[in-house]
Amino acid sequence: MNTFDIKNLDLFYGDNHALKSINLAIPHKQVTAFIGPSGCGKSTLLRTLNRMNDLIAGVTIKGSVKFDDADIYADVDVRKLRTRCGMVFQKPNPFPMSIWENVAFGQKAQGLTDKKQLDAIVEEALRSAALWDEVKDRLHTHAFGLSGGQQQRLCIARTIAMKPDVILMDEPTSALDPIATAKIESLMENLRKEFTVVIVTHSMSQAKRIADKTAFFLMGELIEHGETQQIFNEPNDSRTRGYISGDFG
Amino acid sequence: MSSTSAIPSSEVVSKKAMQRCKRRDFVEQAFHLLFMLSAFIGVLSVITIGFFLVTESIDAVEYAGMSNIVFGLEWLPPALFGIAPMIVGSLVSTAVAVVIGVPIGILTAVFLAEIAPKALVNVLRPAIELLAGIPSVVYGFFGLVVIVPLIEQVFNVPSGSTILAGSIVLAIMILPTVIVVSETSLRAVPKTYKEGALALGASKIYTIFNVLLPAARSGVLTGVILGIARAVGETMAIIMVMGNAPAMPGSILEPARSLTANIALEMSYATGIHSSALYATGVVLLLFVMMLNGLLMYINRERVK
Repeated sequence: MNTFDIKNLDLFYGDNHALKSINLAIPHKQVTAFIGPSGCGKSTLLRTLNRMNDLIAGVTIKGSVKFDDADIYADVDVRKLRTRCGMVFQKPNPFPMSIWENVAFGQKAQGLTDKKQLDAIVEEALRSAALWDEVKDRLHTHAFGLSGGQQQRLCIARTIAMKPDVILMDEPTSALDPIATAKIESLMENLRKEFTVVIVTHSMSQAKRIADKTAFFLMGELIEHGETQQIFNEPNDSRTRGYISGDFG
Repeated sequence: MSSTSAIPSSEVVSKKAMQRCKRRDFVEQAFHLLFMLSAFIGVLSVITIGFFLVTESIDAVEYAGMSNIVFGLEWLPPALFGIAPMIVGSLVSTAVAVVIGVPIGILTAVFLAEIAPKALVNVLRPAIELLAGIPSVVYGFFGLVVIVPLIEQVFNVPSGSTILAGSIVLAIMILPTVIVVSETSLRAVPKTYKEGALALGASKIYTIFNVLLPAARSGVLTGVILGIARAVGETMAIIMVMGNAPAMPGSILEPARSLTANIALEMSYATGIHSSALYATGVVLLLFVMMLNGLLMYINRERVK
């Protein structure tokens, strides 16, 4: 069963052909990693999945992206799509407010005002993001007081609080130190049980550690995708082999 | 210049380099002095203005007493020098101007920073900046021709020259300050906040009011306070539309005189204690502006945190 079905997807930034006829299925409740050198289009593809590319002027998209059999570029409410496909960004981006406010933000934006319900959601989300024990005594202090790794887990908690189906992660550990990275990776072991996870990563070892499926991109093209084991051990394409063995990128 | 010619032999380096160093030191110090002198001129002006205002006002304070000036309700020179009506006139006209102008200004800033297409921004922003450049006497004309008659009609009052007329003119005058400063600070809010909020499915409006404006709060407040300072200090336009009666106004539909108008209207013929009382008016005005600046410093100190 597939969460996303991407068919013949072309994306242009003005005249720049950033994604070239991508065909890819992203399976349900698995971790899919997008790898490839900088500028290969992997983050761009991730951002088409929750329509964050809409924010950029001059983007044109052709082809179709189906999420649960509905074409997200045809007949889907963007806000609803984003509540179901949460996103964690490259740099931790907590809002300038308290920890509690950060986690409750999405639900409040949807109109939930009941304090008790929000409290329960905040606690559950922080537990799922393995942050509860560290912050339970200071929920109402400013989020900027947290360390970088904690801030990123807060952003994950903020996303989980929306009870999404999918979590999209755009190089979530590239701004973090190795220890914070390890914590996020071990957190992902739990996330994969509940969510479909799509992660863009620069680190091939990270993809190898956490991903079930891996897709390799180069210059806007999807070169190869499949089981992570297969991509890393017996790639079919010489360019994949070259990238994985460190010849370029 | 090739890279080799830039590295001459060592003896030449030491001598020439020394000379160059000395000359650079001299230029460096000369500029330091120039910077300091420039800074000094501004500070010296403030001190001088404050000093003369206070010394010139001493006669009036000795004659009437500080509390009789500040709290006195009657302005009948050369006998009574109460400026409470003018203090009220200044504060109320400014407050009403803020109530009218600040929401419009902030909403305009949001429109320019977040909503308007670029082509429209390129038309609107120069228009707003032009608003800042219009001389206040022209605002006064505008008030006399448009706003004063309008108030007469709408509220059915004998004269439209009222606090409300002054406030409306002031509200328009503070718009450019509020808009430009707020827009700048809204644009300075990290894009990642907006992305984060939208990625959680928040609407654009919710994001603006719950993330962007709070994040830009100190900048927006700075714009508001600069606007207030401009409104408190405004003279010409106020004289033209506010009626200038030196009596305590009963409502915003009555004429009033501002502190600035009091000085400007009477300075040309005042002598002796009367003249000194006008300086005292200036001292009160200066105190208000200083309080506003203090507030500004307090807000900006918070921003650093």
